[in-house]
Amino acid sequence: MIDFLTLIQVLDGTLRLATPLLLVCLAGLFSERAGIFDIGLEGKLLAAAFVSAAFAAITGSVWLGLLGGVLASILLSLLHGLASITLRGDQIISGVAINFLAAGLTVVIAQDLFGQGGRTPPLKSGGRFEPLNFPWSISSKEMSDAGPLMQLYSELLSGHSLLVYLALLTVPLSWFVLYKTRFGLRLRAVGENPAAVDTAGISVVGLRYGAVVIGGILCGIAGAYIATSLQANFTKDMSAGRGFIALAALIFAKWRPWYALGACLLFGFFFAVDNRFQNILMPAWALSSLLIFISIVLLSYVWKKDYLDKVVLGGLALGIAIISFMVISSVWTSGLSSQVKIPVVFIQSLPYVLTVVVLAGFVGRAIPPKAGGQPYIKER
Amino acid sequence: MDIMPKWVDIIVVPLFSLFLAAFLAALLILAIGESPVAALNLMIEGTLLRSAGWGYMLYYTTNFIFTGLAVSVAFHAALFNIGGEGQAMIGGLGVALVCLFIPWPHWTLAIIGASIGAALFGMIWAGLPAYLQAKRGSHIVITTIMFNFIAAGVLIFFVVDVLKPTGSMDPASANFPASTHLPTFQDIASLMGFENAFRSAPANVSFFIALFACVATWYLVWRSPLGYEIRALGKSGAAARYAGVRPVKIIMIAMMISGALCGMMAINTTQGESERLILNFTEGAGFIGIAVALMGRSHPAGVFLAALLFGFLYQGGAELALWTKIPREMIVVIQALVILFTGALSLMVRAPLERFFMSIKKADV
Repeated sequence: MIDFLTLIQVLDGTLRLATPLLLVCLAGLFSERAGIFDIGLEGKLLAAAFVSAAFAAITGSVWLGLLGGVLASILLSLLHGLASITLRGDQIISGVAINFLAAGLTVVIAQDLFGQGGRTPPLKSGGRFEPLNFPWSISSKEMSDAGPLMQLYSELLSGHSLLVYLALLTVPLSWFVLYKTRFGLRLRAVGENPAAVDTAGISVVGLRYGAVVIGGILCGIAGAYIATSLQANFTKDMSAGRGFIALAALIFAKWRPWYALGACLLFGFFFAVDNRFQNILMPAWALSSLLIFISIVLLSYVWKKDYLDKVVLGGLALGIAIISFMVISSVWTSGLSSQVKIPVVFIQSLPYVLTVVVLAGFVGRAIPPKAGGQPYIKER
Repeated sequence: MDIMPKWVDIIVVPLFSLFLAAFLAALLILAIGESPVAALNLMIEGTLLRSAGWGYMLYYTTNFIFTGLAVSVAFHAALFNIGGEGQAMIGGLGVALVCLFIPWPHWTLAIIGASIGAALFGMIWAGLPAYLQAKRGSHIVITTIMFNFIAAGVLIFFVVDVLKPTGSMDPASANFPASTHLPTFQDIASLMGFENAFRSAPANVSFFIALFACVATWYLVWRSPLGYEIRALGKSGAAARYAGVRPVKIIMIAMMISGALCGMMAINTTQGESERLILNFTEGAGFIGIAVALMGRSHPAGVFLAALLFGFLYQGGAELALWTKIPREMIVVIQALVILFTGALSLMVRAPLERFFMSIKKADV
């Protein structure tokens, strides 16, 4: 089994990798709770990462970098707002466009400014967020000799960048704003029933722009975090799908702030495990019985459903059963208790699979805000 | 309601959007210290004035026709298939399995088998999100995005852990047998006696399958009862239901056709070009399909023209990256702007045109 220090290190990695997800997830939360779907989170994250790294590289100040990243992200948010609120365009298409715009522009501008193949130069010490070491915490060299509590304190709690703690603070803050303030009540209302909000004499457009800009700020901080703290420069496509994973976490969390924290920590944990361990081994009998169990659950579910359910879910169950038999047959000679290697790509795919399962409503149905995705037209 | 004549809607609006996108791109090229005119000349020179340039352009065009048609069929049913990328990846897996494990005597049979494999695999990969949308009400945009990522995982697993020959370091399957080799334009041209035409360009006979897919899609959407039901559901769900259209069935069928078209892209890239299964063979074509479908107004003829345009942009962009300091990603920017102007900001593009035609009409009256 793995020792305590390894566990602490994986959890430490979880926290670091969950931070950008959490910020982006909360950005999506504000936007979608106000009725604006935001597929463009990924693009805003990427743009903010680039601008913050570029600003930090040029000025040497990480704070100016953060500011620049946030401004870039807000700018893209306003573009999304213009398209989806003012011009009542398709929110999904606008988001897709923003993702491509960020993916293209960051590289074009980075190449022009720095000429390093779409990267920024490595950031020097003033241009990065340094880890904050708590008082009495010990360095990683002495870690293996320290007691478990000290390991917990020094490795897991201490030694993160300021933005990690900030991200954790935004969770109660978001909860407070959304559920305990007038603005939050109105924001949630505008995502459920904009006509009612409009009838009360409150500006739907204003609220939605407000929500989108808050999302922009949060995405901006997340972008600055990945470029100036998690890594020390910008590289092409460095957001690496985090915006979409955050979107998945948002659905997993059913559009609630505290659940979002849980979902992002869970997804961060998958990535930390994936980073830390090259291979994950599991006894063959455990893996195949897990697969057969899933397959039987699916089959028993479709037993009394109609034809289409039987074909789709029954086919899925059959596929899973076949994989399970392949696992068994591959270890037939060496015995069922021998270890089989689970490919890392499956750990990486787990967040997406879990999100699809949640979306499908088999485990805890996720119901999005009612007015999400529809532009509000006053005259109707 | 119809303020503008139809031809304005079909021709002027997309062209105006394209003009706006090109104008902004030109400003960007100026800003990084290159000349937009010289860039355009270089793009035309490297694409339209050389037969190999045409060969590359039509290779990209073939991909974009498939994915553009796929997105447009889904659009007609008011579904947004953003999962073309994943469906194409799984389609590539289908092509690879068909080409590697069935001993084909001749390419004419192999291409039929590969098309069926690609379409079937793409169909299955689009069918699951379609089922979740139709029966469970899960938003198809989110599920197809998730399926893109899962498809990438599945592709990596199959390429690295299953199909990679033992001892090979390259993340790729074994080469397909020579009997599955599709004739490229170069092969065809040298048969006709033009030895030097389309030299080493990847365009191949699957281009003609793409053309056939355009015609078939046109027939399906505008001339068949099924197409009528798809369009009826897309225009008004309630009215279509009242007229007896079964939404579950139509959503499933429309998405599966869409997935099949995306999957078939892989016969061009996997069987036609790389002749083995590699990672990243889709190169974002699934997403470009969105721009192509929007630009082509979801009509096969429009999709064909838009795919040609994007094929030109992709080949031209490669030339720019080779000879100037304009990186390839410039094309991604243009693509984003096209999606923005034809899709999300269409009201901004249309409003001045509508005002213009309003004033003409008033002058007539």
